[in-house]
Amino acid sequence: MTLLWAFIVGGIICVVGQLLIDLTKLTPARILVIFVVAGCLLSGIGWYQRLVDFAGAGALVPLPGFGHILAEGTKKAVSERGLLGVITGGFTAMAGGVTVAVVFGYLAALVSKPSGETP
Amino acid sequence: MVEQASPGSKVAKNCLRAFLVGGAICLVGQIFKNALLALGMANDDASLVTACILVVIAVLLTGVGLYSKLGKVAGAGSIVPITGFANAITAPAIEYKKEGLVLGVGAKMFVIAGPVIVYGAMASVLVGLFHYFLR
Repeated sequence: MTLLWAFIVGGIICVVGQLLIDLTKLTPARILVIFVVAGCLLSGIGWYQRLVDFAGAGALVPLPGFGHILAEGTKKAVSERGLLGVITGGFTAMAGGVTVAVVFGYLAALVSKPSGETP
Repeated sequence: MVEQASPGSKVAKNCLRAFLVGGAICLVGQIFKNALLALGMANDDASLVTACILVVIAVLLTGVGLYSKLGKVAGAGSIVPITGFANAITAPAIEYKKEGLVLGVGAKMFVIAGPVIVYGAMASVLVGLFHYFLR
């Protein structure tokens, strides 16, 4: 069942992004920023976790899930270290994903030929 | 009538494609996560490893030029998942490497990922302060 809900909820979140692109002229970069911030804040007030419990990767894989990971990491760090956790939690939580993307992205840049298209 | 109807149907078509591709990427993520959980991995670790696997796949597809082809069909379906974040790091790194390893690859990697990280960090500090003072 989780597989089906992951597909449906993940798809719906992407449709929201598509509607923002088609109807508001927001650039993809702005949509990514909005989604991460929205996921982080929704997770901060406890709503996003319910969606994650329900849809699994359907809520975690889209960018609001990245925001959720930041919020969860920060909350955990604050519980463990108090005010220090406010400034360490977010980056600690994103460290794994960002490091993998940077390292593999860098290696790909070394070995790949530019296509000539502006990304 | 035709002119009024066609933008709407184009949006509907774009949304259907975004739904199918975005949903499929999440489905693949859930399959990986289920497999990792079955191997006995803790839930949080399984989520992180799943994200890393999707990131590596997206980087490889970007490197061989397939992710941009997927993007032309899928629109937000390929932008909104974490694979789109990986693509947003890798594609400019490849395209701008002629500008050098520091200001080309090193700097352009963060053209889109940078703002995401900046605003993500800002939001996480807000959440942290909220959690510290109000919970």
